Amino acid sequence: MKTKLLTSLLAGIVAAAPAFAELTFSSLSYRTGPYAANGIPLADGYADYMTLLNERDGGIGGVKTRVIECETGYNTEKGVECYEATKGEGVLVYEPYSTGMTYQLIPKTAADGIALHTGGYGRTSAKNGEVFRNVFNYPANYWDGASGAINHLLDINGGNIQGKKVALVYHNSAYGKEPIRTLEVLAEKHGYELSLLPVDHPGQEQKSQWLQIRRDRPDYVLMWGWGVMNQVAIQEAVNIRFPMENFIGVWWSGSENDVVPAGPKANGYKSLTFHGVGNEFPVLDEIKKYVVDAGKAAGAGDQVGTVLYNRGMYMAMLHSEAARTAQKMTGNSDVSQGDMIKAMEAFEMTEAKMVELGLPNFGPSFKVTCQNHGGDGLVAVAQWDANAGSWNMISDYKQSDQSVVAKLIAEDSAAYAAENNITPNCN
Amino acid sequence: MPEQLVFAMEVFLNGLMAGVLYALVALGFVLIYKASGIFNYAQGVMALFSAMTLVGIMEGQVPFSHLINAMLGTHVHHFGWHLPAVLGILLTMVVMVGLAWLVQVVIFRHLVNQEPIILFMATIGLAYFMEGFGDLMWGAEIKKLDVGLPQGINLWIDETTFNIFDYGFFIDNLDIVATIIAALLVGVLVAFSQYTKQGRAMRAVADDHQAALSVGVSLSFIWVMVWSVAGFVALVAGIMWGTKSGVQFSLSLIALKALPVLMLGGFTSIPGAIVGGLIIGVGEKLFEFALGPIIGGATENWFAYVLALVFLVFRPQGLFGDKIIERV
Repeated sequence: MKTKLLTSLLAGIVAAAPAFAELTFSSLSYRTGPYAANGIPLADGYADYMTLLNERDGGIGGVKTRVIECETGYNTEKGVECYEATKGEGVLVYEPYSTGMTYQLIPKTAADGIALHTGGYGRTSAKNGEVFRNVFNYPANYWDGASGAINHLLDINGGNIQGKKVALVYHNSAYGKEPIRTLEVLAEKHGYELSLLPVDHPGQEQKSQWLQIRRDRPDYVLMWGWGVMNQVAIQEAVNIRFPMENFIGVWWSGSENDVVPAGPKANGYKSLTFHGVGNEFPVLDEIKKYVVDAGKAAGAGDQVGTVLYNRGMYMAMLHSEAARTAQKMTGNSDVSQGDMIKAMEAFEMTEAKMVELGLPNFGPSFKVTCQNHGGDGLVAVAQWDANAGSWNMISDYKQSDQSVVAKLIAEDSAAYAAENNITPNCN
Repeated sequence: MPEQLVFAMEVFLNGLMAGVLYALVALGFVLIYKASGIFNYAQGVMALFSAMTLVGIMEGQVPFSHLINAMLGTHVHHFGWHLPAVLGILLTMVVMVGLAWLVQVVIFRHLVNQEPIILFMATIGLAYFMEGFGDLMWGAEIKKLDVGLPQGINLWIDETTFNIFDYGFFIDNLDIVATIIAALLVGVLVAFSQYTKQGRAMRAVADDHQAALSVGVSLSFIWVMVWSVAGFVALVAGIMWGTKSGVQFSLSLIALKALPVLMLGGFTSIPGAIVGGLIIGVGEKLFEFALGPIIGGATENWFAYVLALVFLVFRPQGLFGDKIIERV
């Protein structure tokens, strides 16, 4: 009887005791399906950085991190299912790596009071934090990218692109259409001639578009592509002998996956970027030492230093540092979903902090405020060196044309607020 | 000659070439449908799987290396060889024949005399299995495929047309090679089905399973043979499309390009697949050229289906399909 009582008492104590605190993050990954080749390095980079924090530092502020990975196959419906299935686990921030999923998750996360981060994709006007209270898209968005591309053309043309012909080859989807409005407004401002060439999903057949480019002879081609569309476009550009240095893709059209199939002739292709490229960063050595060599890598460990691995790792760093900020703001090691939103709104990334984290010159410095959830819109350009098999930065980070982008964001976010009965505020 | 007409001629020729590539995919569907009445949903995935296997064999990649390394803690990835393309293709064909045998023994032997919808659903399962199995076996990364096929603009055509029209036509060397290979393939397939014992047996099975069985034709052998030939056609399609875009999951989606071709050409005709492919290729390219800029572009995917549907209104069995007459 005594034993039974003792056992019951012990069981009661165990049940009542708080679980070991963890900082929970989500990885809505796509390791299968048509975009698996891109989804794998993104997910690996994210998971490996979080593992590094646990293995090397014992977590964040003494609290271990936990990444709940949920396979979406880049399918929006599955992504929403993953969100619904995991939000109760105390996930601090969602990063869906899909503009389609982002649009579905914006109202859901707003209702649930959970942070949504869409670095370099998603709904651009979410930069306006007075309307999108829980959504963040720092350090750059699509419209920054469009302006960044035009900035680069201005730089290489002595500041004058009047009369130049610019063609946009884009994925015929909400994502691909994102830069059009910005490019049209910038065309009015700078006097270039813009032509639009949509490519239907998945983009394996682009002969019509590239025959038109061959006929029209644009001076520059910009690309907003994803998946197989990128590889085919670069190959077709090679086939028609379009000068690679005049072909610029957005950051989702600028990974090793996109240029390798075209071989040496892809040399010189350019891509916009909002973070560093290559494997010459101390943090990557740490990942190799504490994660890959220790057999704790999320994948095969063969993606470290690739563009998309670095991007996944960068997002993990931004999330973990936001959680650290939340710990400092609240004085608690445990962080709630509400704390995380406040911390992301007060987030600041400086070069000194990035050096400390083993990421010198990896990304732009920026400060988030209630009014500005998107950073300063700093965009750089990288170029593919086919002989070395590596991407190299060929420009510094430069701010997008805020006189154009900020106005468009204000218009679009105001329309969203009106549609959804949102009163913009910072309270 | 008016500039737009010259451009239209270039688009027409490129449409023909694109049509040949669509037809290559459609051929695999036709072969299996003719012999077994199965609409093989897995044909696109077979093209992907065969191309992945070809790259893996040529590059000496260890199959299931990620799985082996994760389970045993090893770091094996490559055998260390680089095989010539011809040898790689031959070995890949051995794999595809083995796959055909497995498909027959494990799946379709147990589904003889089942409704067509059951057989179709079995191929859906097969497609999903092969997608995952291929990824597990060879990895999901995009692979460069180089079997020595020429790519890029054909300079002779460029110069010749420039001398005639003052504008050089763009024709991709890879498309020319694909056209030649497709023509050879169709010739061989037609000759095989008309003039060889196995080919005649295949046609007999296509006409009536039970009648063929009653005269001693081995249904099992014929199905393995047909799936092997379809595997070979899938490999050819995989090489052509994989050379253009790299070998990656999206290769399996080329089946979507074959569907309007099949609707138009008929599910049972090898020449129909070719003619259907050419009509779809030319039709969608010319439509995009003429009306794409006016209505916003990206018309090719949907226009191919519209074109096929228009043909179906007048010939429900497709251009070359067998007319089905059922008497009550």
